[in-house]
Amino acid sequence: MKKILLLGDEAIGQGAIDGGISGIYAYPGTPSTEIMEFIQRSKQAKENKIHATWSANEKTAVESALGMSYAGKRAIACMKHVGLNVAADAFINSAITGVNGGLIILVADDPSMHSSQNEQDSRFYGKFSLLPIFEPSNQQEAYEMTYNGFELSEKIGLPILLRITTRLAHSRYGIITQLSKTQNSFSVPKDPKQFILLPAIARKRYKSLLEKQSLLQKISELSSFNHFIVGKDKSLGIVACGISFNYLMENFQDSELPFSVLKISQHPIPQEKIKKLYDESEELLILEDGFPFVEEQIGNIVGIGKKIRGRLTGDLPRDGELNPNLVAIALGIEKEKQTNFPEFLATRPPALCPGCGHIDVYNALNEVMKDFEPQRILSDIGCYTLGALPPYNAINSCVDMGASITMAKGASDAGMFPSIAVIGDSTFTHSGMTGLLDAVNDKSNIVVIILDNSLVGMTGGQKASGDGKIDNICLAIGVEKEHLKIVVPLRKNHELMKKLLLEEINYNGVSVIIARRECVTELSKKKKLKVIK
Amino acid sequence: MRYRIIKKEKVKSDKMKKDIILAGVGGQGILTIAAVIGFAAVDKGLFIKQAEVHGMSQRGGEVISHLRISDKEIFSDLIPKGKADMILSLEPLESLRYVDFLKEDGYIITNTKPFENIPNYPEIEKILAEISSRKNSRLIDAEEIAREINSVKSANIVLVGAASLFLDIPLENLENGIKQLFGKKGEEVVNQNIFAFRKGREKTENQAG
Ligand code: SF4
Repeated sequence: MKKILLLGDEAIGQGAIDGGISGIYAYPGTPSTEIMEFIQRSKQAKENKIHATWSANEKTAVESALGMSYAGKRAIACMKHVGLNVAADAFINSAITGVNGGLIILVADDPSMHSSQNEQDSRFYGKFSLLPIFEPSNQQEAYEMTYNGFELSEKIGLPILLRITTRLAHSRYGIITQLSKTQNSFSVPKDPKQFILLPAIARKRYKSLLEKQSLLQKISELSSFNHFIVGKDKSLGIVACGISFNYLMENFQDSELPFSVLKISQHPIPQEKIKKLYDESEELLILEDGFPFVEEQIGNIVGIGKKIRGRLTGDLPRDGELNPNLVAIALGIEKEKQTNFPEFLATRPPALCPGCGHIDVYNALNEVMKDFEPQRILSDIGCYTLGALPPYNAINSCVDMGASITMAKGASDAGMFPSIAVIGDSTFTHSGMTGLLDAVNDKSNIVVIILDNSLVGMTGGQKASGDGKIDNICLAIGVEKEHLKIVVPLRKNHELMKKLLLEEINYNGVSVIIARRECVTELSKKKKLKVIK
Repeated sequence: MRYRIIKKEKVKSDKMKKDIILAGVGGQGILTIAAVIGFAAVDKGLFIKQAEVHGMSQRGGEVISHLRISDKEIFSDLIPKGKADMILSLEPLESLRYVDFLKEDGYIITNTKPFENIPNYPEIEKILAEISSRKNSRLIDAEEIAREINSVKSANIVLVGAASLFLDIPLENLENGIKQLFGKKGEEVVNQNIFAFRKGREKTENQAG
């Protein structure tokens, strides 16, 4: 058996290919981006004609994947945790419609917020939607869960939530792969009404979803991903979810693990096994990366009696990702240590790349804003968010994809002047366009600066959905031609940019300034590739 | 201590386990180093696990990779604090950022050339003095060595050469790792990098420890 060295994300990509998908739909977002990238690079995927292009956002991705499932084929939709907020409408209702071809929704959570604006735990969405959730403890399990997940999805008639975290997504391990399955052939659902969620039908479908819960419970109880390790020392029982199992085992490499452990990687949580562990242990310790999701549920199953320790009791930190040391401290086998770092150790935050066009825009904007009060700019999510840091200190918000335009509109409605939004081209087509329509309809007094680098910069240069279309999109939404300005953000255009900004700030209505210059980092990557070729 | 941990009898001494923290600045190429050592370990038939950083911090920020090599299954993707055998750094300031991971007799092996992209970059003399004052440290001017052999792009591989002295991975496997990584770019590039690797090793061998 040959092992191939794959990132967790890549293992999922390979598992999806081998599991017989006909398509993957995704919007780039750390730490999930590499799944699509892997499938796009894969020869095997090309040979099998697997559909693999980026979607405009996570909602369109989940809907397209659901459509592929409707047509009888297997599909996967991938996103980062906050992407599931965008796709939540489609995701939650897909639990009611159910599936035809197997469907996996992969969500990569980012505890500790390495590259995100929050650390929400997607398992709550799974429970909320009454869907089975898988959380692999390692890359091999991630492969297997994906590989077998489509079949399970077809068997139970429901989508499956596969939840991973940054560490698993971005860590490499040797993976053993399996024989690749053939793709499903085209077929529509037997029941032509299955996907019509009119109240009368939706009520029936919701009931059937509720009825399926005992089946899901049974499957979970028997799942090999949820296993029970018997220990001699009954003073403690440990529940280890997903990747936290590894952090636990890491502490017992040179010694025997004395306690009973229930490893949970499949939900709904295996109630019988939890009861068994509870009954035979003096107290429980719950390890999980993310929120105290299982910790809260266990109280409901076993009632209040013995002590249940975890993130809620302070035995583990309430926020941030776990690691072997935190687990060791919770077990009492290690003490918190203070390290003496040299006091000159300066931090090195990420920054805009030298030569990036965003810098030229911020330089012009900062100068123009000097004459106004308040000097506040509403912005968005992408490389340009780094403009919030010194030396630029140019922007004052980063909330969710597209919020710059709508927040600028609301602030303008409340009397803020000038009210300026700074948004990237990809973020604009992801979730900014509808907000711009609101602003145009209200003739809001805002200036929208679209930083158009013709790709998704932050996640490594993926193709942007609106490439080459931004001007026409703005015009079609109703931005007046005279107030749609295009400029190349270069130092030599500094005065021109200032002039344009000032003019449009003083125009009472919606103005859009498109600052268009290709991302220099991606440009130099492309040039290098050409030289090698 | 709350719970009693039963120690197994003595761990076998021929056990192979190396936990390496790779450090640098986003864009410097710590993943090239990880790839060479990783390929070499796989070539030797060892287990590896390697956690990397993608996303935001790749934009010129501090980056770290946990590279774990063992002759048995590896659990945690993260090296526990206080357990790393080596910090291998492409940049001197970055080599000090993760000293909490290093075990007492662990090695710091670092490039000496500063990457100054922050306004408050400390005095380089202070940094180098601090590193030298630590127990097992090796300072390597990887760029200079690469320049001497007319292979400026191979500075990272010079550093792998320096680290190779403490890796317990046979040279043959490491050189195979280099072949595997650069094979696509042709024989000349492979040979250049193997030469850089040997030079890095040789120069470090001559340093008093
Ligand atoms: S990756 Fe591109 S868009 Fe992002 S900061 Fe660098 S140059 Fe600018």
